[in-house]
Amino acid sequence: MSSLITDLTVPPAVRADRLARANASGANTRGGEAGSRRVFVLPYPLTVVFTIGGFLIAELVSVFFPQIAPVTFTEGELWIFLLTGQEAYRGLLVILAIAYALAGIVDLRSAQKRAYYRSRAPFRFAMGIALALWDIAGTKLQTLPQPFFPGPAKVLEAFVTDGGYIVLNTLYSTRLFIAGFIVGVVLGVVTGVLIGWFDKAYYWVFPVLKITGVIPSVAWMPFALTLMPTPFAAAVFLLVIASWFPVAFLTAQGIKSTPKMLVEAARTLGASTPYILFHVAIPNATPSIFTGIGMANSLSFLTLVISEMMGQPGGLGYYIDQAKAWSSYYKILAAIVVMAILFSLIMKIIEVVRGRVLRWQKGLVR
Amino acid sequence: MSAIELEHTAGNSDRTPADAPHGVNPELSIEHVSREFTAPDGSIVHALSDVSLSIFPGELVSIIGPSGCGKTTLLRLIAGLDKPQDGTLSLAGEPIEGPNPKRGYVFQQGSLFPWLTVEENIAFGLKAQGIYRERKADVARYIDMVGLRGFEQAYPHQISGGMAQRVAIARALIDHPDVLLLDEPMGALDSFTRADLQDRLLDIWEQYHMTMILVTHDVDEAIYLGSRVVIMTPRPGRIKEIVPIALDARDRVSDEFAAYRKQLLKKLHFDAHEVHAGNSAAVAASVQEPATVSGWDTAKKED
Ligand SMILES: Nc1ncnc2c1ncn2[C@@H]1O[C@H](COP(=O)(O)OP(=O)(O)O)[C@@H](O)[C@H]1O
Ligand SMILES: [Mg+2]
Repeated sequence: MSSLITDLTVPPAVRADRLARANASGANTRGGEAGSRRVFVLPYPLTVVFTIGGFLIAELVSVFFPQIAPVTFTEGELWIFLLTGQEAYRGLLVILAIAYALAGIVDLRSAQKRAYYRSRAPFRFAMGIALALWDIAGTKLQTLPQPFFPGPAKVLEAFVTDGGYIVLNTLYSTRLFIAGFIVGVVLGVVTGVLIGWFDKAYYWVFPVLKITGVIPSVAWMPFALTLMPTPFAAAVFLLVIASWFPVAFLTAQGIKSTPKMLVEAARTLGASTPYILFHVAIPNATPSIFTGIGMANSLSFLTLVISEMMGQPGGLGYYIDQAKAWSSYYKILAAIVVMAILFSLIMKIIEVVRGRVLRWQKGLVR
Repeated sequence: MSAIELEHTAGNSDRTPADAPHGVNPELSIEHVSREFTAPDGSIVHALSDVSLSIFPGELVSIIGPSGCGKTTLLRLIAGLDKPQDGTLSLAGEPIEGPNPKRGYVFQQGSLFPWLTVEENIAFGLKAQGIYRERKADVARYIDMVGLRGFEQAYPHQISGGMAQRVAIARALIDHPDVLLLDEPMGALDSFTRADLQDRLLDIWEQYHMTMILVTHDVDEAIYLGSRVVIMTPRPGRIKEIVPIALDARDRVSDEFAAYRKQLLKKLHFDAHEVHAGNSAAVAASVQEPATVSGWDTAKKED
């Protein structure tokens, strides 16, 4: 670990040269480093240095670059630490560098992992450089218009000074999302299966679904807010509508598109009609159902934030709305960062479930 | 088999159930069956018109004819996937009412469930009928029978067309059908894979003494596998003739095989000017006798 960091003391010009070699070798070493073209490959330890180099440069910028613009940092309490946004930012950079260095050591195990780590190196380096540039433009010189675009340290200060409140609002959003999205998806799959399977249901319900489905669910908000007992229930209702439509629509389409041959094959094998529904039609519809769930997912994020900004007692949207009233744009950015993390996490979970359920498609699509 | 005998069988076009070559009761009786469809333009298509055919236990009957002559329609009626407008179909005296695992069906291609592995596809019928628990061990046996050990966990898109058809055959056989219906099961395969699958099918047929009905557009395949070859003609779909095949050995390059091929091609050639171009090309593809080929070529140009 320490030897890796001391490696950093080589002159920037030499480092830049090594970086160029690393970039050039990236293309040659795809699929492992067992190849014979050793000459072009940056040694693995240097790849690790390169990876964390961006963050270390950002750290150096934060510490040594002269603070020209007048910026004041406020101390806040983060867990048991009392620190400013700037200290938090510097700490975060060190943590990131250590984490990626450790990842580099852990990935040493197999050639495949090493190849992956190598392939990610330029991007990770660029992330650090981007932070450094943002720090210069947002904090050090403040060439970006203020107070709209504060530097990374100021955004982190929102977490340091307002962390507990952000966590509270994040939990509110998460709860709201889970309740609305899950109910909507379940309802969507059930109605979609009914519509796709029974011609009568298709005849009567599908046209209604097609017309009501194109209305953005937030348009119903005034009704929801007056007719539902609590604002929370109103928002859940809107989320249910938002996710129900695409899931129902695509489930119905998936069921309808079941090849006749598969149904007939099942019949000749002794399958009853309900068995065919559950073991032929629904499996056939699953790729389509997941397309619907993906659409429902992004529509739900949208509905969630909009409805929180209008008439919810909590949530990240509510937090943004409040921060806007005080012109605390660094808090808005903090909430946006949390949203990015939270929503990516939710999408990742859905993707993992999808990959599990549709593993038979692997190699069949894309 | 002598030329005289060949002549004799060639003239035999009587196909009433009473005319049983085996002298036993037919297993499958098709009596005066007609099926018409309404084409998209509103006209009536006589897919089958007054078709009668008896099939006896343990027979392997090939059905051959140009495309559109009602082969698939006939097989679907036997499977119970479709109903005739006129006539009756019965299996062992029981009228055919709907699909039943007793009448296994193998589609031309693409009938495997893409979300199930080879093993799960083969077990589908057992599970659907709720007898998987008792017969679980059979799955491995049928996988072995069609030579797919090692591919149990593969998904249909990961195996070749020939292997997929073997899965389809095993999937139908595991239900212990009395009759196996095969609708051009090798139509989409290359000739090497096809020859291999033909021999596997023969092995199964001999081992299980099973009744099989094989629809094909390949004259060689019809002769090689069939104990009788049913020749059908289109518009309206009818049985033109039934040719019994009595080969001493199943040998694709023997003289008697060539004699049968010549005989069948002549019979098909007879109607060549009515035959659809696409199908005549398919039949011509299996022709090896130069004399016959020229006839087909002319027919194709006229079409
Ligand atoms: N479901 C259907 N609707 C309309 N026409 C059909 C249908 N099924 C078959 N036909 C027509 O019946 C005729 C016989 O079809 P088919 O039995 O598939 O022929 P083959 O299998 O011998 O090629 C064709 O002209 C075909 O167009
Ligand atoms: Mg056909």
